[in-house]
Amino acid sequence: MAVTVDGVAHPEEPRPGQCLRTYLRERGAYGVKKGCDTGDCGACTVHVDGTPVHSCVYPAFRARGAHVTTVAGLARGDELHPVQQRFLDAQGFQCGFCTPGMIMTVAALSERQRSDLPRSLKGNLCRCTGYRAVADAVAGVRTTGDPAPGAAVGADLPAPAGPRVVTGTARYTFDVDVPGLLHLKVLRSPHAHARIRGIDTAAALAVPGVRGVFTHRDAPARRFSTAQHEHAAEDPADTRVLDDVVRFAGQRVAAVVADTEAAAEEGCRLLLVDYQVLPHVLDPERAMADDAPRLHGDSNVVGSLHDEHGSAEAGLAAADVVYQATFRTPRVQHASLETHGAIGWRDDDGRLVIRSSTQTPFLTRRALSALFDLSADRVRVLSGRVGGGFGGKQEMLVEDLVALAVLRLGRPVKWEYTRAEQFTGATTRHAFAVTMSAGARRDGTLTAMRLRVVADTGAYGNHGPSVMHHGCHESLAVYRCPNKQVDAYAVYTNTVPAGAFRGYGLGQVSFAVESVLDELARRLGMDPVTFRERNVVRSGDPLQAPGAHDDDLTIASYGLDQCLSAIRAAANEPAEPAPAGWLTGDGMAIAMIAAGPPGGHFADATATLLADGRYEIAVGTAEFGNGSTTVHAQIAADTLGTTPDRITVRHADTDLIGHDTGAFGSTGVVVAGRAVLHAARALRDRLLAAAGGEPAVLGVDAVHRAGVRLTLKDLAARAAAPLRGIGHWSGSPRSVAFNAQWFRVAVHPDTGRLVVLRSVHSADAGVVLNPAQCRGQVEGGVAQALGSALSEHLDIDASGQVTTTGFRQYRIPAFADVPRTEVHFARTTDTIGPLGAKSMSESPYNPVAPAIANAIRDAVGVRLTELPFTADRIWAALRTVPSPGR
Amino acid sequence: MDLHTVTDVVSPAGPGQWRPGDAWLGGGTALFAEPRPRVRRLLDLAAAGWPPITVREDGLEIAATCTVAELFAFTGAPQFEAFHQIARGCCRAFLASFKIWNVATVGGNICSALPAGPMIALTAALEGTCLILGNDGAQRRLPVAALVTGDGRTALAPGELLRSVHLPAWALTGFAAYRQGSLHAHGRSATLLAGRLDTDGSLTLTVTAATFRPYQLRFPTLPTAEVLQVALTNAIPDGGYVSDPHGSAAWRRHLTRRHAEQIRRELAAGPPDGVPGAAGRDAGEDEAPAWR
Repeated sequence: MAVTVDGVAHPEEPRPGQCLRTYLRERGAYGVKKGCDTGDCGACTVHVDGTPVHSCVYPAFRARGAHVTTVAGLARGDELHPVQQRFLDAQGFQCGFCTPGMIMTVAALSERQRSDLPRSLKGNLCRCTGYRAVADAVAGVRTTGDPAPGAAVGADLPAPAGPRVVTGTARYTFDVDVPGLLHLKVLRSPHAHARIRGIDTAAALAVPGVRGVFTHRDAPARRFSTAQHEHAAEDPADTRVLDDVVRFAGQRVAAVVADTEAAAEEGCRLLLVDYQVLPHVLDPERAMADDAPRLHGDSNVVGSLHDEHGSAEAGLAAADVVYQATFRTPRVQHASLETHGAIGWRDDDGRLVIRSSTQTPFLTRRALSALFDLSADRVRVLSGRVGGGFGGKQEMLVEDLVALAVLRLGRPVKWEYTRAEQFTGATTRHAFAVTMSAGARRDGTLTAMRLRVVADTGAYGNHGPSVMHHGCHESLAVYRCPNKQVDAYAVYTNTVPAGAFRGYGLGQVSFAVESVLDELARRLGMDPVTFRERNVVRSGDPLQAPGAHDDDLTIASYGLDQCLSAIRAAANEPAEPAPAGWLTGDGMAIAMIAAGPPGGHFADATATLLADGRYEIAVGTAEFGNGSTTVHAQIAADTLGTTPDRITVRHADTDLIGHDTGAFGSTGVVVAGRAVLHAARALRDRLLAAAGGEPAVLGVDAVHRAGVRLTLKDLAARAAAPLRGIGHWSGSPRSVAFNAQWFRVAVHPDTGRLVVLRSVHSADAGVVLNPAQCRGQVEGGVAQALGSALSEHLDIDASGQVTTTGFRQYRIPAFADVPRTEVHFARTTDTIGPLGAKSMSESPYNPVAPAIANAIRDAVGVRLTELPFTADRIWAALRTVPSPGR
Repeated sequence: MDLHTVTDVVSPAGPGQWRPGDAWLGGGTALFAEPRPRVRRLLDLAAAGWPPITVREDGLEIAATCTVAELFAFTGAPQFEAFHQIARGCCRAFLASFKIWNVATVGGNICSALPAGPMIALTAALEGTCLILGNDGAQRRLPVAALVTGDGRTALAPGELLRSVHLPAWALTGFAAYRQGSLHAHGRSATLLAGRLDTDGSLTLTVTAATFRPYQLRFPTLPTAEVLQVALTNAIPDGGYVSDPHGSAAWRRHLTRRHAEQIRRELAAGPPDGVPGAAGRDAGEDEAPAWR
């Protein structure tokens, strides 16, 4: 007996250099997650003879003879461990990928450690929740409700996957046992720009266990974009599976597929690549110069927008006060706890099957079909539970290469990113530089907004033009201003590609807009809330911003006034005096976001009566902690007059339904949810018709008509074919959602340290279908935005190499970094969204950074224009003024 | 993470067994946290069974394999007050969680030689001397402050191993204070300074984390604020400060001055009541917002 895992003795000896995490997973203990593999995130936490350890940095051989407990072994039979039950009661998770490690850690805390969670949980990173729900779970707070039949919408229904999440039995991308699995590893470019003259693969192929080596010679000549959009033409087709030109340090050069990861890595090390190094350009302004090295074609500008409403020049001339500054936001990484990756195989029919950590299974199937000349019915793409997305998985980063290897080798192949690869070889948020001038009259009326926007899209144009366009839309359209001018550029540089990221450009531009408006209000001596009230769009207003934007966007419900009132109320409440030596200040900002992307976003759904009288909903959209599955169950339950526990939601599998554009663009409720609503209504009509039509009434488990009770089981049994309703939604027209954020901060003038004293967020999500869950989305968005506002920056050195390649160098918010945020929902009912609901997933992120900037400005009198506001940067900025203070 | 190139583990291991391609293994939390494609064999010291902390009349002997958790829990030598005044604070200065402390070792942290290594700060501040065993059986001793020569660099020759650190009694009977600065609450140290006021009235200030290697400043008597600041300027060149995502060099230099002065004042005020390290409060976390 080598190691006992959850009470089962395993005779297999660990490999000499193996860590305990992989030993446990190879024994089927899939509740042990890989978040970082460097001991920082805690997702792999287990107990070795009762002692909690990070199994990713625990030598496996040392566990010989030990009893290891994983999250799957924590419960006693069917009875959950109290900590598991508490995480369920408080819904202390979203995607749930960090949850097994979180539970194993909390279960090991002493009473004293539990009273100091900021310290005790510093080794457990959660990217979704913002930790409030985690704190509630530890404290034993119950936030979930059990709705009555027909009353699920508006209730705090827990996520259907919750019991699986807290027991470690939810199956994420890699939590499957595929016999005969091969492992893929890639060699990445050390150069920011180079032509590959040749690759000698002989030594790699000679490594025992290596089954194949793939280079650009093996890759289709066809170019595509890793970005996934309903309309593929939105993104430039500039990428090959493997290219003979590498355009950023970290680009994949060749893939080695082998029986083991060890052999694949050894093969990569033995590849001999002859590079012809080319001149590179890392800065987007430099990249626009005539003499700059070109990445693709004739120009490094991959997208641009030049348009003007009215005359900004005249508007600025007519202003009593004008302010101009340049604002910069760095690259940031999504840092979903589950890395990118996919497993591919051929099914019994010889179809290519890809199980991927993706937000877009249907679009990825389409892209693979096109790339490899396969008809759509010869490709199946599905996802398990996805461990966080944030936009990063609206991208085909791994599936193409896995597919190539499966098609060539005829064997199942897995490729799982390392955490370092997430930083060097995935995507980032677009770094923006926004120069903005704006003017206002003495009465607070905005007269002009003029922006020059440069978005660094990196070496490939995935999402580049779209992020640039979107970034310049709602951020400006939320204001009534007759004179608006935008000159925007999305620019190639020899850096790791940028991609979709929560907010999709709005956060970057709003950082400039909301900072500039704050400065105008300040210079006019006007309260910033009042200044916003003077200038924001109101119900019935058109939504206008320079550029060609789809005209299907309308204010189908208006709650921005309520959002602003909530902020004013918070700001007017008395504050505790600042501690000696600290300077305090308040700041706020607003944001508007379209409820769905332009140009159509499609969802099919079916609702089927099962033989046992229960229902099954099938929908294409993926679940990665956004909670759309919960809401879909609620919508279906109410429509069908039943309770959510009688509904199973299946999702994210191209075999399930016709099409789904994907889980991005804040569409889980407003597009997929609407398709579910339509499907459930159609099924209800069929059930009533099957029972003889009106005046039949659908009950929880039966249809009642004229005193006759016909059980759903009987109805199902009688039907010649399954009773099914089909639903569809095309994502147009679209409404808008609103958010406002307010902070009170304290800044220590001699250290630059910043502490958030109070955080208030108001959101107009229309009818809130699941308040507890929606609150969680808001809190999580604020927390992620606090990360980009206060700590996160992905750095690139002069040679183009990413230097922040792990959670030690790249700090995402830990428990101690996130204040509690008070969340207020406006009371509105949308006339477009399903049951009056609007989106609320990306948007809470957007007003956070400018609100913090404005609070710092209020506290110390310095306008900070470059994110993030780390203590050293705040301190440095304070050096530039004679004596900090108002 | 898996170290795929490792083909063998020698456990327990000892001096004389090292050959090129080998890596000494303490707890493994540092070794397993990065790809190590050149490592072929692990020489496991943790299994050697060395007693973690030995109390002797002439001081404390801390085995290289003593875990951070064992050090944190150690209360066996109340007479060595200076040790207790900063030991727990230095443990808390780890970015890593208490779960890592269960495995990570004092020796491993010292030999990793990272600027932020808090066991370097602790043992250097308390005049720790390393017992180093060579592959040929030779022994030598070197102050901790001299063992760490740069960011990730030590004076250890290939094959040498750190057996233990001896903290002399004379350095443990005065009193000590520390300050940690970080960009984030409970974050990685950007500065970690420890001061020690010995019974003879002399002050020793040890600067770590802000700098690539430890710097020690010695004053025969408690200096004035001005003397201290001038001494810092003279001792540490501007190029000696680290600039990385954990803090800019200029800020670290500023915090070093600030924290040095805070330590000087704390030590000037006389010994604290009780043993602060055991109380759970972080006297040394700069401007910890305890008022929240």
